[in-house]
Amino acid sequence: MNAQASLIFKLVALAVLACVPLSGESFYVEMISKMLVMAIFAMSLDLLVGFTGLVSFGHAAYFGIAAYAAALLSPKYDAGNLWLLLPGAVGLSALAAFVIGLFVLRTKGIYFIMVTLAFAQMAYFVFHDTPVGGGSDGIYLNVKPSAAIGGWEPFDLGNGTHQYYFILALMVLVYLFLRRVLQSPFGRVLVGIKSNEHRMQSMGYLTYRYKLGAFTLAGALGGVAGFLYAVLFGFVTPELLSWHESGNVLLMVILGGMGNLVGAVVGAFAFEGMRGVFESWTEHWQLLMGGVIVALVLFLPGGLSSLPARIRRALQGGEAK
Amino acid sequence: MDFATFLIQTLNALQYGLLLFLVASGLTLVFGIMGIINLAHGSFYMIGAYLAFVLTSATGSLVLAIVLGIPLALLFGAFLEWLLFSHLYKRDHLEQVLLTYGLILVFEELRSLLVGNDVHGVNIPAFLDASIRLTEVMTYPVYRLAVSAVCVVLAVALYFVIQRTRLGMMIRAGNDDRTMVEALGININMIYRVVFALGVALAALAGMLAAPMSSVFPNMGSQVLIISFVIVVIGGIGSVWGALVAALIVGFADTFGKVLLPEISGMIVYLVMAVVLLWRPEGILKKG
Repeated sequence: MNAQASLIFKLVALAVLACVPLSGESFYVEMISKMLVMAIFAMSLDLLVGFTGLVSFGHAAYFGIAAYAAALLSPKYDAGNLWLLLPGAVGLSALAAFVIGLFVLRTKGIYFIMVTLAFAQMAYFVFHDTPVGGGSDGIYLNVKPSAAIGGWEPFDLGNGTHQYYFILALMVLVYLFLRRVLQSPFGRVLVGIKSNEHRMQSMGYLTYRYKLGAFTLAGALGGVAGFLYAVLFGFVTPELLSWHESGNVLLMVILGGMGNLVGAVVGAFAFEGMRGVFESWTEHWQLLMGGVIVALVLFLPGGLSSLPARIRRALQGGEAK
Repeated sequence: MDFATFLIQTLNALQYGLLLFLVASGLTLVFGIMGIINLAHGSFYMIGAYLAFVLTSATGSLVLAIVLGIPLALLFGAFLEWLLFSHLYKRDHLEQVLLTYGLILVFEELRSLLVGNDVHGVNIPAFLDASIRLTEVMTYPVYRLAVSAVCVVLAVALYFVIQRTRLGMMIRAGNDDRTMVEALGININMIYRVVFALGVALAALAGMLAAPMSSVFPNMGSQVLIISFVIVVIGGIGSVWGALVAALIVGFADTFGKVLLPEISGMIVYLVMAVVLLWRPEGILKKG
C-alpha cells in the first residue's frame, strides 16, 4: 500500500468509526468502544513485540494494574476526577513496568517470554489471593470519573456516546504518539535493536536503557487501555491480568501483522469481532477461535495486513503465467 | 511444625515435584531438541487425566486405563507431530506460541464437548487404597507413595534411555547440532517424532497418575502448563536433569509455601523463578 492510499484508508476508517454512535444502537457503541480499548492495548504491545523485538507474554499485567488503580483510587460512592485518575493509573502501570523491566530485560529470547509471564502471574496472584482488590471476586468502579475542570464539564463519561468519543480520541492520540516516537531517534534505536542488538551495542548505544524505556512506555500505554476498560465496564477482576489476556493481546498483534501500528488496530478489531460472531453462533466458540488461530499460523504467516500484498502477488503471478 | 507434619509435607513435596518432572521433562526435551515452545503441553496432562477418567469408568481399573492410555497418548503425540508441529520447526517462537495457544482452546472445547464441564473423581486401585501409619494420629496414603515410586522409576529409565542407548545418543546429538546429525545419515525427523510422542505420553501419564489425587476438572492443564514452564526455565531449557532439580525445588517451595506463608503461596513459585533467573539468567543447568 503506498503512502497516499494508506492515508485514505486511515481517514475513511476514522470517519466510519466516528459515525458509529449515530446508529443509536448502544450495544454496538459499547462493543466498538471495547474494540478501541483493545486496539490501544495491542498498539502498546506492538511497540515491544513488533518494533523492539521483545516478545512480552505478560503484558496483561500493566493493563490490569491500571484497571485496578482506576477502581481503587476512585472514591467509593462518588465520582473521581478523570484528570487525576488517568495519569495516576497510567503512572502506576509505568512504574510497575519500569521495576519489572529492570529485572526481565536481563534475560533474552525464550527466557524473556517466560520471565515476563512469571512476573505477570505474580501480579495476578497479588490481586487474586490478597484482599487488596476484592480477591478473586474483583472490585466495582461504582461511579465513572468526572471530566469536570473547575465548574466546567467538557463531556460526561456516563453518557455512552461521550465515552465512545473520548476512547476514540485517546486511541487516535496513542496512534499518533507512537508513530511520532517511532520516527524519533529513540524509535529508530528500538528498531535497530530488533534487527541487530549486538550491532547497536557496538555502535555505542546502551541498548538496555532503550529497551527499558520501551518497556516502560509500553506498560504506560497498556495502562491507558486498562484504565479505559475499567471505566467502560465499571468492573475489574484478576482475570484481566491472567496469562490468557496476555495471550489474546499477543494474538491481536500477530493477527494484524507485527511491526505495524494500523495492523495492531486491525488485529484487535478482527479478534474481538471474531469472538463476537463465534459467541453468537455457539457456546463452544473457543473451538472455532482456536481453529482459526491454528489455520492462520499455518497458512498466513504475515498476519492479516499481509493479505493485500499476498493477493496482489497472487494476481500478478497469475498474469505472468 | 512438628516432625510428623514435616515428614508428611516433605513426602507431599517430593511427590508433587516428581509428578511435575514428568510433565516438564517432555516440555524441556521438545524445546531443547526441536526448538519448539509448546503451550499445549499442559493440555496433554489434562487429556491424560480425562483419559484416566473415561477408561477407568469403562474398564473399572485405573491400572488398565493407564496400560491402555499410554499407547494412545504415544499415537496421539506422533499424529500431532505429523499433522502440525512438523510445520513449525523453521518458524519463529512467536508463531509457535500462537499455534499452540490456539490448540489449547481447541483441546479445552473438545474436552467440554466430549466429556462436559463437570468435576470427576477417579477411584484409586483397590490394592493401593490404604494408608501407612506415621504416628499415633497421622497416616499417609499409599497411593501417593506409589506415584512417587513410579516417577522415580521413570526418571531412572529416562536417564538410561538418554545416556546409555543408541536412541538417546541420537537425541542428545540432535539437541546439539541438527545439521550434523542429518549429515551423519540419521533420520532426524523420526527422532523428533519419537521425542514429541514421548513427551506427550509422559505428560499424559502424569495426568493419569494425578487424576485420583486432584480429581479431573476443566482447565487443569493450564495450571500445570505454567508451573512446568517455570520449571523448564529454572532448570535451564533443554536440560532434563535441570528440570528434575527445578521440579523438586518447585515442589518444595509450593508445598512448604502453602504451610508456612499461606498468604503469598500463589506467588512463591514465581518469586523463586525470578530469584533464580537473576542469579543465573539461563537456568540452573544450562542446556547440554
